[in-house]
This record gives sequence, structure tokens and C-alpha cells, in this order.
Amino acid sequence: MSIFGWLNDQLLRMEWLSDLVTAGVLAVGLDPGSRLGGSVQFFVYDVVKIFILLSVLIFCISYVQSFFPPERTRRILGGRSGIGANMLAALLGTITPFCSCSSIPIFIGFTAAGLPLAITFSFLISSPLVDLASVILLASIFSWPIALAYVAVGLVVAVAGGTLIGRAGMEDQVAGFVRGVPVQDGDHAMAPAERLAFARAQVGEIVRRVWPYVLVGVGIGAAIHNWVPAGIVSALLGQDKWWSVPAATLIGIPMYADIFGTLPIAEALVGKGVGLGTVLAFMMAVTALSLPSIIMLKRVVRTPLLALFLAVVTAGILAIGVLFNAITHWFI
Amino acid sequence: MIIKILGSGCRKCVALADNARAAAAAAGKPAEIVKVTDFAQIAAYGVMSTPGLVIDEKLVASGRVLNAEEIGKLL
Repeated sequence: MSIFGWLNDQLLRMEWLSDLVTAGVLAVGLDPGSRLGGSVQFFVYDVVKIFILLSVLIFCISYVQSFFPPERTRRILGGRSGIGANMLAALLGTITPFCSCSSIPIFIGFTAAGLPLAITFSFLISSPLVDLASVILLASIFSWPIALAYVAVGLVVAVAGGTLIGRAGMEDQVAGFVRGVPVQDGDHAMAPAERLAFARAQVGEIVRRVWPYVLVGVGIGAAIHNWVPAGIVSALLGQDKWWSVPAATLIGIPMYADIFGTLPIAEALVGKGVGLGTVLAFMMAVTALSLPSIIMLKRVVRTPLLALFLAVVTAGILAIGVLFNAITHWFI
Repeated sequence: MIIKILGSGCRKCVALADNARAAAAAAGKPAEIVKVTDFAQIAAYGVMSTPGLVIDEKLVASGRVLNAEEIGKLL
């Protein structure tokens, strides 16, 4: 086996941890092949793996992100237009530090500075959808081809969605006060020590925020993995069912959860024969749209623009789901 | 002294408000902590990543939860 393959298996997929947990399950007298033993193995291994990866990843990624505060992103994007600017906005969306409570201030800051809606929405769609940490977790749980395909289609949705919203000519559908907001460039360059402090604080903050989602997500994943018969799962969400992608998307949209919590559920569902497209559609719907973020967005944009945003993102997710279900066999 | 915490009320804003209160107490300075949750007002300070920290109408930090020691130096 190649060095890269070995590193990938041990560091990213953590096969050593899987073996260790299996040994631990045996040591307490459970059979990892049994239902109970298998559930315990899945739960312990996934929880430990996700928290290790989460901590290491968030630290490294936050350090990189500290070089790209939203103010800098806004300066980079200022004065640009066209499809190239949408692509740049979508790419910057993946590395700008983001939490859902910042999406509205960013929307106001970008719009007030005169960035076109097309660019602002490309950024706002890609930012939660294609997060660096989630990409590496996808590679860990599934594989690199799936993770890279996820990034590619996520960016396509962001670029296409932003472009469509720009074409609709809804610049007047923004709440009046937004354009009157003064534009200030308040950021200062962080010192290396500040970047480290920022990265450490991000780890603590994100782990504290997502741990309940991870535990619930892995719990549901473990239950599906060992207790729900594959026949029931595939009868409800199987690849041959035309409604599987729309159902997964509609269930996912109002949910407010973290991608780290949805990944273990996705893993278990794919193991039961649910199409990759259905699972990706579910994860994208959960992360890109949620009821709290829609309610917040309503305060800065008028209903037609909000409806267009929801329609465009939903359509993009549906298209990706159907596409990936058609080509699942390329990956698995 | 008036310390304003800018943010929609997420966990980070609560933590920052607590740190600010502790910093003011440690410095022995009477301070009024005001939470600003209205997006229009937050944006008026030019803040794009919450939480923001404003001391006597001057924006001193945004996007990061400063600890009490760091805030103490800014008071």
C-alpha cells in the first residue's frame, strides 16, 4: 500500500482507533458482530474520531481563516462583477470565518459597500455549505473523491445561485436601512500570537456549540446502523424511489443542525443502501438553509428576494441529489 | 463608561458580555453593559463579524471573544 494510502487510513480514517475500540468492546465482553456490540463500537469510534478531527481541523483552519476576515473579503471582492467574481466570492466563502449569527451583518456590510447581490449571495450560499472542516470530515467518513465532488457541486450551486439572483434584478428588494449603513474598514492585522489565540478560541467555541449535535447525530447513526432493517430504509429512501431526494431535502431545510452532527447519520444511511445523492441533498439542506437563518434574513430582504433565494438554493440541492444518485456507482 | 456588546444574542455575545463585566470590575471602573441586538444598529458600527465590542462609542474589537484581561487593557 502506498504511503499516502496508509497515512489516509491511519490519520484521517483512524483505523487504529477503530481497532482499539473493537478491542475495548471485546474486553467488556461484547461481540462487535452483534447488534449491541456493533452499536457501541459505532458510537464510541465515531464520537471519538469526530471530536479529534474537529479539534485539530478547526485549529488549523481557524489559523488560515484569521487571514481572511470579512472586511478583507469585501475589499477583495469590491468593484468586481461577472461570473469570475461569483467564483471568487464562492471560494472566499469557504475560507472566511463564519457562524450563522454573522450572516446578516455580512450581508449588510457587503451590500452597503455596493457589492452586487449576485456576489453577496454566491458568498452567503457557499459559506455554510462548503466549509473546509466538513470537507475533510467527508473525506474521512466516505472518501476523497466524494469530498472533492461535494466541494465542486457546492461551489457550482453557489456560483449559479448567485448569478441567477443577480439576473433577477432585485437590488430594490433589500430593506431600506441597509444601503444607508456607513462602511468602515475596522480590521487590523492580527499578530501571530493573536491568530493562535483566535484559533484556540474557535476550537473551544465550536466544540462547545456542536457537541450535542454530534452525540445525537452519532446516536441516530448507530441506531440506523445496527437496529433499523435495510429493507425499511430502502423502501422509504431507496435510490429507485423518485421521492427520496425531495423528501430528504424538505426534511433537511427547516432543521438547524451542524454538518458534524449530520455526517454520522449520512454514513449510516449510505451503509443501508440509501443513494449518495439523497444523503448529500439532506446534508446540504440542513447546512445551507435553516428556519432561524431564514427568519433572520427576512429582516434585511423583502419577501420576493427571500423566496427567490430559497427557491434557487432548493432547486440546486434537488439537482445535485438527483445527479449524484444517477452516478453513485462512480464512487461506491 | 458604557460598554456595548454587538451581536444577535448568540453564545459568543453572552461570553463577551461576561468578560467585559469582569474586566470592568477588576479595573474598579463603573461600567454600564449594553447589549445591542438590532442588526441596523450593529451594522452602523461597521461590524461584519459578531460579537463586536464598543467602549464609549468606539469599536475596539469584532469577530472574537476577548478575555477579561484583553478587555482590561482597552478600558
